[in-house]
Amino acid sequence: MKLRWIAGYGPAFVLAVTLLACWELYVRSGQISPTVLPTPIGIVQALFDNWDVISGHTLQTLLETVLGMAAATLLGLLLAIMLDVSPWMRRAIYPLLVTSQTIPMIALAPLLLIWFGFDLGPKVLVVTLYCFFPIAVACADGLASAEPELLKLLHSMRASRWQVLWLVRLPGAMPAFFSGLRIAATYSVTGAIFGEYVGAYQGLGIYMQTSANSHAIVLVFAAILVTAVLSLLLFGLVSVIERIALPWYHGTHALWQRG
Amino acid sequence: MDAPKLLVQGVSKAFRDGRRSLEVIASIDLTVAVGEFVSVIGPSGCGKSTLFNIVAGVEKASSGLIAIDGEAGGARAGKSGYMLQQPLLLPWRTVEENVMLGLDVRRVPRKKAQHEARELLKRFGLADFAQHYPATLSGGMRQRVALLRTVLFNRTFLLLDEPFGALDALTRLSSQMWLLDVWQEFHASVLFITHDVREAIFLSDRIYVLSARPARVLRIVEVDLPRPRRPEQLALEQSVKLEQELVALLLKEQQL
Repeated sequence: MKLRWIAGYGPAFVLAVTLLACWELYVRSGQISPTVLPTPIGIVQALFDNWDVISGHTLQTLLETVLGMAAATLLGLLLAIMLDVSPWMRRAIYPLLVTSQTIPMIALAPLLLIWFGFDLGPKVLVVTLYCFFPIAVACADGLASAEPELLKLLHSMRASRWQVLWLVRLPGAMPAFFSGLRIAATYSVTGAIFGEYVGAYQGLGIYMQTSANSHAIVLVFAAILVTAVLSLLLFGLVSVIERIALPWYHGTHALWQRG
Repeated sequence: MDAPKLLVQGVSKAFRDGRRSLEVIASIDLTVAVGEFVSVIGPSGCGKSTLFNIVAGVEKASSGLIAIDGEAGGARAGKSGYMLQQPLLLPWRTVEENVMLGLDVRRVPRKKAQHEARELLKRFGLADFAQHYPATLSGGMRQRVALLRTVLFNRTFLLLDEPFGALDALTRLSSQMWLLDVWQEFHASVLFITHDVREAIFLSDRIYVLSARPARVLRIVEVDLPRPRRPEQLALEQSVKLEQELVALLLKEQQL
């Protein structure tokens, strides 16, 4: 088990450490000033020194992300079910959905600021807009992939449309739904930071901006580090929830029994 | 007074494909008496499964009359237990929950459904697997679970479309004997579709032989073997003769 874990994550770990070491040595060798490009160790140091300030911003960003993800999950599921109701609905909604993703967020975010102000709302909205699409598309594909024979079986039992959805199609779409959710989780923190970047009272995005404006580049990097860790944690959390929610789908089928 | 379990009269089916119309079933008359085990054999692609889907209420006939328990009107869906070659078990439900599926569709209270599923699993030797997921079961086991799901939904009239078609010979034989056990326990009426002549002889009271597409009934054969059936009976002279006759008949019909 442990060996397999090392085999799985070892190469990525070695590569990351090598790259960081090269970076550290390059800056230390005096090729470039640490105020322009701080060293990895310097970044971690700065993160710890400024944690009391950064932690507040982190909490704000996390709150926006989680609320946005929750809204995106609801919206994505709802849209997937609507797409699934009839081919007619699919033809009507799907193009609009895809088009909505072509709107550059960089243009939209300032407008949200003007319409909804500097508070939590517009940031949550940006996260939601970032995240609902992969969830909706993955879940709709999952719903559409139900076996025709299985639908015939339910039909022969005289199941209603909603029973088919609830008993067969929705549970069957859950693996696809979680794939979408995992993609959304990786986007979500970036979305929140983008929303803050345009204008906010609190949050990692606005912290990065003020740090950059005061040429505290090491603090920008510290915030980036927190963002990365946050994104990875969220990704991991979704994976853990998936494992708990879909025991039948994961890993050692043969060993799994419900008591 | 005694209506047959299933009465099929002059049923035909044509599919429209643009301007052309493809005739799948020419005209079929068929009955299944209460408690009777009837098999339908025919060359592959002859429309057996279409007939089956029509009886199950999943597809509509182009013309003709179908009556279950003497009732011709109304929806047929829900009046039979329907089972296909694939077990179609839901991977997220345990064996017990899969067996309960039909009762969930009927909105039977969970406790009651669970109790019935457990009794059934116990009676037919699957109690040890009640809490397993289907992924952990062998192909033969999955088909048995699927059959119990079918029986729990409707134990009086079973529609089985090549339920053992994907199993190896030995598993198939033991599954066939198991099916006869289930059939006798519930005095069920069965319409069984297969292209395996031996299987049809081993299981049935009567066999309908269908022609190549468009399907019509070529012959109706009474299988005159005593019950309970045993595999050895297939080696009897009358069985062998019947088998050869039917195989010859089917070979003539088989296209390609």
